[in-house]
Amino acid sequence: MNWLSNNFDKVIDPLGPHLVISLLPVLFGLLISIPLGWVANRWPIARAILVPAAGILYTIPSLVLFLVLPPLLGTKVLDEINVIVALTIYTVALLVRSVADALAAVPPHVIAAANAMGYRPVRRFFGVELPLAVPVLIAGLRVATVSNISLTSVAAILGVPQLGGLFTDGFSVENYDEIVIGIVLIFLLAMIFDGLLLLIGRLLTPWARAGRAVEAAK
Amino acid sequence: MIEFRDVTKQYPDGTVAVDKLNLTVDAGTITVFVGPSGCGKTTSLRMVNRMIEATSGTILIDGKDIKDSAPASLRLGIGYVIQQAGLFPHRTVLDNVATVPLLSGWDKRKARSRAAELLETVGLPAEMGKRYPVQLSGGQQQRVGVARALAADPPILLMDEPFSAVDPVVREDLQNELLRLQDELDKTIVFVTHDIDEAVRIGEKVAVFRKGGVLAQYGTPADVLRYPADEFVASFVGRDRGYRGLSFLESSGIAVDQVPTTTVGQPVAGPVAEWVLVLDANEHPCGWLPPNTTVDGPLGSDSLVAGGSLYTTGTPLRGALDAALSSPASRGVVVDEDGKYVGVITARQVLDLIEGHPESVGKP
Repeated sequence: MNWLSNNFDKVIDPLGPHLVISLLPVLFGLLISIPLGWVANRWPIARAILVPAAGILYTIPSLVLFLVLPPLLGTKVLDEINVIVALTIYTVALLVRSVADALAAVPPHVIAAANAMGYRPVRRFFGVELPLAVPVLIAGLRVATVSNISLTSVAAILGVPQLGGLFTDGFSVENYDEIVIGIVLIFLLAMIFDGLLLLIGRLLTPWARAGRAVEAAK
Repeated sequence: MIEFRDVTKQYPDGTVAVDKLNLTVDAGTITVFVGPSGCGKTTSLRMVNRMIEATSGTILIDGKDIKDSAPASLRLGIGYVIQQAGLFPHRTVLDNVATVPLLSGWDKRKARSRAAELLETVGLPAEMGKRYPVQLSGGQQQRVGVARALAADPPILLMDEPFSAVDPVVREDLQNELLRLQDELDKTIVFVTHDIDEAVRIGEKVAVFRKGGVLAQYGTPADVLRYPADEFVASFVGRDRGYRGLSFLESSGIAVDQVPTTTVGQPVAGPVAEWVLVLDANEHPCGWLPPNTTVDGPLGSDSLVAGGSLYTTGTPLRGALDAALSSPASRGVVVDEDGKYVGVITARQVLDLIEGHPESVGKP
């Protein structure tokens, strides 16, 4: 572990970029998935197209995506934007189904009641349907976040600076300490952000906790 | 006042849900739409707040065509209580009740204090406001549903089978509560149910629908029970409609007989010769001692035969007949408003009373 004390910069410097590259796509993916999921839930035909299509997106190997995107986006191969776009695509692939399922699970009598109270559609979506979708959404976001934090390391092959660099570097000089430290750091980051999302989900849904307590008491 | 004028609802597949409905719901009354499933009662209700749009015809509220208002703003002025309450699971009870005031642009504090007021009105404790709907019983949720519908003080209340998902005891409580509320609030209420008992219990007017969305009869509950318009109505209100019609006959001066009584805890001398009514210290009936019973020592409640239902003076004669028929001693126990023993009455006496009544049940 001498390596770590001598190369502290090598570990700390890529932390920030790693988080930006893996977490920005979660945010973008969420913003894209909500309208897509809404459309999928609103029209059965849209669901029949969007949900399988999202599933297929997820099967594209990441390396292929990193190489196909630059000509499509007009970016340089080394540009981190490629990675962000690729991970956004994976996030959308995971979340579209979550959003559609979560919206479909809102009880019809609750929606009917909202309409009858005088809700207009947009306010109803943000005031009733979306809050009720939060538990399922958070579950989807946790999967996407953990998966992105780990997938980001693949971008090391392109030379985009992030924690994956510890792997390429470690392999080239056969420094296994460096590789193990990389694995441990990525694992810890994934756990931390998974826990944070879990916490945010709890804070946003005190009602779901009340429901679980009632269930447990039965 | 709500007027349906030649209102028809036809679906694209040709199904007629409501067929040329003409009906006026008087202001300040409870009008019940009742009928079997598929009779168009719920469709008719939902056309009032444009949850369903009529295919043809006009619906007027206080003389104004509902099509002149945008659906959302029309609905802000019409309370709506849905089956299973339809509460928002993610909002506290208080915020559920505050929904319509908030949608109408009230500020949050005012809306919440109004909501707290309404919880009290529907008989829920204030601390329940902090809970979530899932933490409430079915009956409590339904009360919250009523509070929410009343929050912005709309002149009209639409109730779509609101009490059908709760058990019979709770349902009766909720019905009584609704009648009590209506005494205070004087709303124009349209209430949909498939249960004729519920309809005659709470309705001032009852509209009986038949399959195909045709209005079969519209009148007071007593009229519908006594003079059903046709075979369909007669069979829908049921074979025991004569008996149920007793719900509308009240007896002011019912003559009662007396039976021997004794009090719990007192010694009873020898085997008793006839049925003896046992009262508690407050003179409330608690059961009967059968003839030839011998009681050793002070009378305990274990030697009693449970009594039948009690008839409270001044209430409909249906209760008197039931008390007589359900009593082990063949005599119904009559109590006053405080539940104190007044006397007993036989089924024969009740029947004589009914037959001598000018408003007698059965066709004249």
